[in-house]
Order: sequence, then C-alpha cells, then structure tokens
Amino acid sequence: MSSARNMIALKSILHKETHRFMRIWVQTLVPPAITISLYFVIFGSLIGSRIGKMGGFDYMAFIVPGLIMMSVITNSYSNVASSFFSAKWQRNVEEMLVAPVPNWVIVAGYVGGGMARGILVGLIVTIIAMFFTDIQIYNIWVIILTVALTSATFSLGGLINAVYAGSFDDISIIPTFVLTPLTYLGGVFYSISLLPEFWQGVSQLNPIVYMVNAFRYGFLGISDVSLTLAFSVLGAFIVTLYAIAMYLITKGIGLRS
Amino acid sequence: MSKALDITGLKKTYKGGFQALKGIDLSVNQGDFFALLGPNGAGKSTTIGIITSLVNKSEGQVKVFGYDIDSDLETAKSHIGLVPQEFNFNQFESLTKILVNQAGYYGVERATAHQRAEKYLKQLDLWDKRDNAARMLSGGMKRRLMIARALMHEPQILILDEPTAGVDIELRRSMWEFLRELNKQGITIILTTHYLEEAEMLCRNIAIIDSGVIVENTDMKSLLAKLDMETFVLDLKAGSPAPQIQGFCSRVIDDHTLEVDVRKSQRINDVFQQLSEQNIDVQSMRNKSNRLEELFVSLVGSGEQEGEK
Repeated sequence: MSSARNMIALKSILHKETHRFMRIWVQTLVPPAITISLYFVIFGSLIGSRIGKMGGFDYMAFIVPGLIMMSVITNSYSNVASSFFSAKWQRNVEEMLVAPVPNWVIVAGYVGGGMARGILVGLIVTIIAMFFTDIQIYNIWVIILTVALTSATFSLGGLINAVYAGSFDDISIIPTFVLTPLTYLGGVFYSISLLPEFWQGVSQLNPIVYMVNAFRYGFLGISDVSLTLAFSVLGAFIVTLYAIAMYLITKGIGLRS
Repeated sequence: MSKALDITGLKKTYKGGFQALKGIDLSVNQGDFFALLGPNGAGKSTTIGIITSLVNKSEGQVKVFGYDIDSDLETAKSHIGLVPQEFNFNQFESLTKILVNQAGYYGVERATAHQRAEKYLKQLDLWDKRDNAARMLSGGMKRRLMIARALMHEPQILILDEPTAGVDIELRRSMWEFLRELNKQGITIILTTHYLEEAEMLCRNIAIIDSGVIVENTDMKSLLAKLDMETFVLDLKAGSPAPQIQGFCSRVIDDHTLEVDVRKSQRINDVFQQLSEQNIDVQSMRNKSNRLEELFVSLVGSGEQEGEK
C-alpha cells in the first residue's frame, strides 16, 4: 500500500475514533470536567487555602498542572482501552484486519484517537482551572511536549490492555488498581521533596512522577526531577509500549485465531 | 483463465489440537460464481478466515489473483471483499459512516467513498436508513449493509459466508439477483451457504468440504449428473385405488399421496403409463427434495463413515 493510501487509512481511523468520543460526549468529556472541578473546589479552594505555599506557589496553582495531567492520563488510557475492546467485542475490528491497513497504521490511529481525547479533556480542565486560579505559563513547549508524550504513552497502554482484555471488567482493572494509585502517589497533590528520603527513592520508580513534574515545570518552572530524565523516561516508555503493541497486533493476539 | 483464488495444501490446527483443515486444495477461476458447501464445522469459515487473514494458517499456500498471502498480504487483501457470517460492524455508527470508514481503510478518498456509499445504499435499498445507527436495522438490512460494505473498495473477488442466513425468501431472491448482476460485471464470487438450492441456482462450480477435507470439487452440472436417483411425490385423485407400480421402488404415504424413486436409467413415463392402466389420475407432481441436497447428504454421509473408521 502506498504512503498516500496509508495516510487515508490513518485519517479514517482517526476520524472514527474522534467521532466516537465526540458522539458520546456526555460519557467522555463531561465526567472529567465535573470530577476535576470538585478537586479544584475541595482540595484547591477549601483545603488548599489552609495549606499555604507548596514549592513557592499557592497550593491551588501547584496542583493545577498535576490535575490536568491526571485527566490527560485517565482519558487517553480509557479512550483506547474501551474503544479497541469494544471493536474486538463487536468484532468490527475485523473491518481493519481484512483491509490492507498496515499494523502501524492501526496502532497510530487508535493512539491518535486516545491523544485527541486526552488533550481535549486537558484543555477543558485547563479552562475550568482558570476560574479558580491565574494560570501562568513558564515554557509552552515543555507543556506541549509533555502532554503529547504522556497521552501517547497511556494511549499505548490502553491499547495493550484492550488486546489482552477478555471482558469489559478487564479494561477497568489496570486503571483501578495501577493507574489511580500511581497517579495519586505521583506528586499531583504534593512535592515528593516533602517525603522521607526512602519514599522519595520509591517515588522515583513511579513514571507518573516524571510526567507530572515535567508538566508542572512547563507551567511554574519548578520540578522535583530533572527535565532530561523526565523526557528520557517518557521516550523509553513510548518506545517499549509501541514495540509491545506492534508485536501483539502483528501476532494477532486476541484478534486472530 | 487466470485464477482468482488458488489454495494448495491448506491446513489449520487450532490450539487444543482440533484440526479444522486437513490439507485442502482449491482453485477458483476469475469471473466464476463458486459455491463452498459443507455442514457446520466442516471448515468453510476457517478457509474463508485464512483467505481474509482473520485466521492464521498452520500450513499451505493461498494466492489471491496470484498474490501470496505470505509475501503480498496487503495486495492480496485489496482484491477481496468479505461478507462475514456474523454481523461485525459498529452497531452504534450510522450506515454512511460504516461504509465511508471502510472505504478509507482501503485508501479510497472520502469524497469518492461518499459517492460509492450512496450508490450501494441505493442499490441495496438502504438509502432511507443512511443516517440511522446500524443497530436499528432489521436482520435482512444488516446483511445488505455488509454486502455494501464489502463492495466499497470495488474488490475483484467477493466472498460471502452464509449471506442469506435468516433472510426471508423474497429478500433472498432479490439478493441473488444482485449477486448475479455483480458476477456479470466480472466480480468473482465465492459463496458458502446452507441453502443448497441457493448454490444450485447461482453457482457454476462447487466444492463440498467435510471434516476439513474437500470431498468434491467440480462444476455444478457434472455434480448433478452424478445424482443417480430422484424421488417424486405424486398427488393422486381422492378415492383412487391403491397403486401397484412394477419395476420402481414406491411407497404409498396416504390414500392420495404416492412416492416413487426413479433412477436415471428409468423413465418416469413408465410410471404414468402404469398408473393410467390402473385408472389412477395424477393431479400434480413435485420433487421430494432438492436434488443437490440428496447428493450433498450422500457425499457428506460417506465422509462421516470414513472418519469413524
């Protein structure tokens, strides 16, 4: 298949994926907006006003980047996990499997759809945050790069989850038992420099720490970890997860008998 | 004549050890209307699954218009349109979106895809439903949607796995007409079906598969010529005396129904002559069953006996 034809196939998958989450916007875009608004009200305004400064900033300003990143992570992951599993369950994934669509186009199409939802929800949350605090931007390129790489990472994770999933329960296990704890312990609500030395070391094993801190650096110019290390971790995750996703789709695990 | 499909030594063993295909050879000429028949579990859908890359083969070679699925899979796929047995579209999408997206997977530009979607939705009497979610369609409409979807990239070979299952007779006949028209336009058609009448009505060549083995592969006329005997059901005028037919195997079903087995070497005229001599009037006559069905049962039945040995 020529590259022009591959691009049409990629656009078709992207169109299908973005249309899917836009069609069910009440399920996909509204809930994160409500959840994050509650975080802003409770943790930011009510409790945050009693906490004082964190990293030299008001608590509300400190948690905004982490909460945006939390929305991006959750929505990128769940978009691809539920969409790809649904395509498996309804068997309409076969529409792509019988067509001359290269496997990398299938992976890129679904990841692109996950990124689109993650970034759109991130934008919605950012707009909501503007009602609670003044958003400042320290380095826009770091923000854009971090959000793009993070949403790609978790979209790939959602795809791998969906490939292995045998039921709808299976696509909620990882978000519930892995993603949520890692996100809450990933420095969204606190600076890891507040932790005892041992737990600081443990926190550095948590990849979400690097994503949240790189993102916070883009807004506030502060980070608990080096930016180079943060982007290296993100890059390593993307390369590894992409290789796993490609292997699974090429082998047809859970897709071909 | 060039081959639309050429299969040699195709084997498939599923995890768990079930051998669905035991080394089948099959070829279909370009422009053919070909039937692949077999009972449930015979290997029809596995064969189609391998051709369309939904099932990984264990051994053997499959070529589609000369393109080997091992070395030229994408080119081979671009020649095939598949109408699967199960509904496998997104039930929540509109008909137009399903068709246009499918065309996109084959590299068809969106503007062209919209034109083709309109053409096929109109031809298959689905145009009024174009903006409806697919789940709102009836079973017959869903089948037609899958045919439209398979045609969106204008394939050279159309494979239909039980396309008229659960479709009422009127709709089935209109689908037959549609398929005949496609075949006239040069599209090679491969059909699996349980309706043997369908194969007899539509197809020029036929393969019968049973327990993963091709038990017959020939043209329809030759196959039907192998049928040695037909059973006729005669409706006799009420009050007729009990008939005595010499030289034929016959059965009196009730006081006005007679079944007679007529071999190819025999003449049905002789039956009428004997009945006439006995002053028995025949009001009507019909075949007891589809001829192909009788042959099918005999072929598949012998396969089962071999399998049990």
